[in-house]
Amino acid sequence: MLTMPKPSDQAAPDGIQLPAITVRNFSFYYGSNRVLHDISLRIPRNEVTALIGPSGCGKSTFLRSINRMNDLIAGTRSEGEIIVGDAEIHTPATDIVSLRRTVGMVFQRSNPFPKSIAENITYGPRLWGIRDRWQLDQIVEETLRQVGLWEEVRDRLGASALALSGGQQQRLCIARAIAVKPEILLMDEPASALDPIATRRIEELILELKERFTIVIVTHNMQQAARISDRTAFFYLGEVVEYDTTRTIFTNPRQARTEDYVTGRFG
Amino acid sequence: MSQRIHDTRRSKQIRRDRLGRGLIALAAGLVLAIMLLIIVDLVAGGASVLSWEFLTAMPRARLTAGGILPCIVGTIAVTLVTTLFAIPFGLATAIYLNEYARDTWGTRLIRLAIRNLAGVPSIVYGIFGVALFVNGLSLGTSIISAGLTLGLLTIPWTITASEEALRSVPPAWREASLALGASRWKTIRSIVLPRAVPGIITGGILGITRAAGETAPLLFTGAAFSLPGLPQSVFEPFMALPYHIYVLATQHEKINAVRPLAYGTALVLIGMILALSLVAIIIRARLRKRHGGASL
Ligand SMILES: Nc1ncnc2c1ncn2[C@@H]1O[C@H](COP(=O)(O)OP(=O)(O)O)[C@@H](O)[C@H]1O
Ligand SMILES: [Mg+2]
Repeated sequence: MLTMPKPSDQAAPDGIQLPAITVRNFSFYYGSNRVLHDISLRIPRNEVTALIGPSGCGKSTFLRSINRMNDLIAGTRSEGEIIVGDAEIHTPATDIVSLRRTVGMVFQRSNPFPKSIAENITYGPRLWGIRDRWQLDQIVEETLRQVGLWEEVRDRLGASALALSGGQQQRLCIARAIAVKPEILLMDEPASALDPIATRRIEELILELKERFTIVIVTHNMQQAARISDRTAFFYLGEVVEYDTTRTIFTNPRQARTEDYVTGRFG
Repeated sequence: MSQRIHDTRRSKQIRRDRLGRGLIALAAGLVLAIMLLIIVDLVAGGASVLSWEFLTAMPRARLTAGGILPCIVGTIAVTLVTTLFAIPFGLATAIYLNEYARDTWGTRLIRLAIRNLAGVPSIVYGIFGVALFVNGLSLGTSIISAGLTLGLLTIPWTITASEEALRSVPPAWREASLALGASRWKTIRSIVLPRAVPGIITGGILGITRAAGETAPLLFTGAAFSLPGLPQSVFEPFMALPYHIYVLATQHEKINAVRPLAYGTALVLIGMILALSLVAIIIRARLRKRHGGASL
């Protein structure tokens, strides 16, 4: 995998100097069904990159390729490469466990474990061998503060996480993901099951989190993509039709199909 | 409006609906009646012999007097062996099938085998138990041979119960754990099993109560007509409640005289099985409460 960077890479025509994720000619198959076609793009550090497009166009599949969650599905196969940091992640030698420590994930439906609020957060750190009570307590407080949940739950950390409201559960899931200190956070429509107020809070949180993490978020909400993302990739039928700064995608797209989609003419 | 309300087609439908519901209720009531009849019959025939001595003494005078202690001990011992064999084995198989195996030709064959095993008559397990445990592994006619034979008979049920319990754990929790970098096995231990255990235990115990009442598999694997004392180890033959009932009811020289003893023994067996089911229900209720009722 050690190829010399091509001159065009160094020139960085997309303006991205040190990408967090580099995707080159990536294709993905469920059985013989090819759902991602030759995707190439680079995702910058400490920015929010939104993936938009009609449902079924491969956004989730692409997102789940970045932490190899698709491995769980039988009969899947990929071509091309995805480089996280400086390692190609679809090799037999890839350490999936440390990949998933580097690349955290938040799912569409909040899925806290049927354990206490504190246990949900310490689950990841414990996996990495942190056993010290005091240190774990620190992590619980710190991450709950980061997601703005500390004041709401500080006196019931031992209560079941399932008793929280939908929006609180999703923020807890974000806290659980960042408790292992990943570099990249993948979010698959994290607010699609929430009411507008809870959605707003998640969006504010994402803007805060990009200071510390690289965020890739799938959303089918155009306003959301416009509000929170720095860059937007428009997926259509398994291809990236256009990838640019969010401002360009929404105000001055190069492709007619992109314009049709972001203005709501189809989708 | 009134046209609709008095629609004859609709009222016919409602009548048919009522008839259907009535028949279903009747069937359910009949089941209850049959169960009550069995219990009333057993109590009427056997309550007179129930006493502290009956439960705690050795049989005397060629099984016509004394108690059934060795049968109770034997059945408990065999059931324990069955449990220790069938639940872990069933659970391990279920974990493999539900959490690891992909849908291949091989796993489909395994599932087919499990379904067929559940339908094999218990006497066939008895014969197989002789070949495998009594002779093959030289365990002799003993508690362990009989317990393992009953274990084989129970395994299809414990597998099915465990698989159902595992399947009821939302996949979203497994994904969340794996996405945090947990291994599959860690995910199973920390997330899946705690949630599935109540179902596994309940289903497992129900399978075991079924085995505890079996007679045929005991016939050649270790149950004795009568023994002078209690077994001293699992490698010795034993007396068992179901086999004792069979002996008293059909093999005894004074069948009519020992009839109440047969009924009394049956009452004890039924009592034990009901107690086991109760334990299953209580365990499930307890664990349900501890792990929170809500799910995704
Ligand atoms: N587990 C799966 N097995 C087979 N096909 C799948 C699976 N998941 C998704 N697909 C297919 O892949 C395509 C892309 O799906 P997905 O990535 O979920 O799209 P999106 O997230 O954009 O809605 C769809 O055609 C879908 O039917
Ligand atoms: Mg999706």
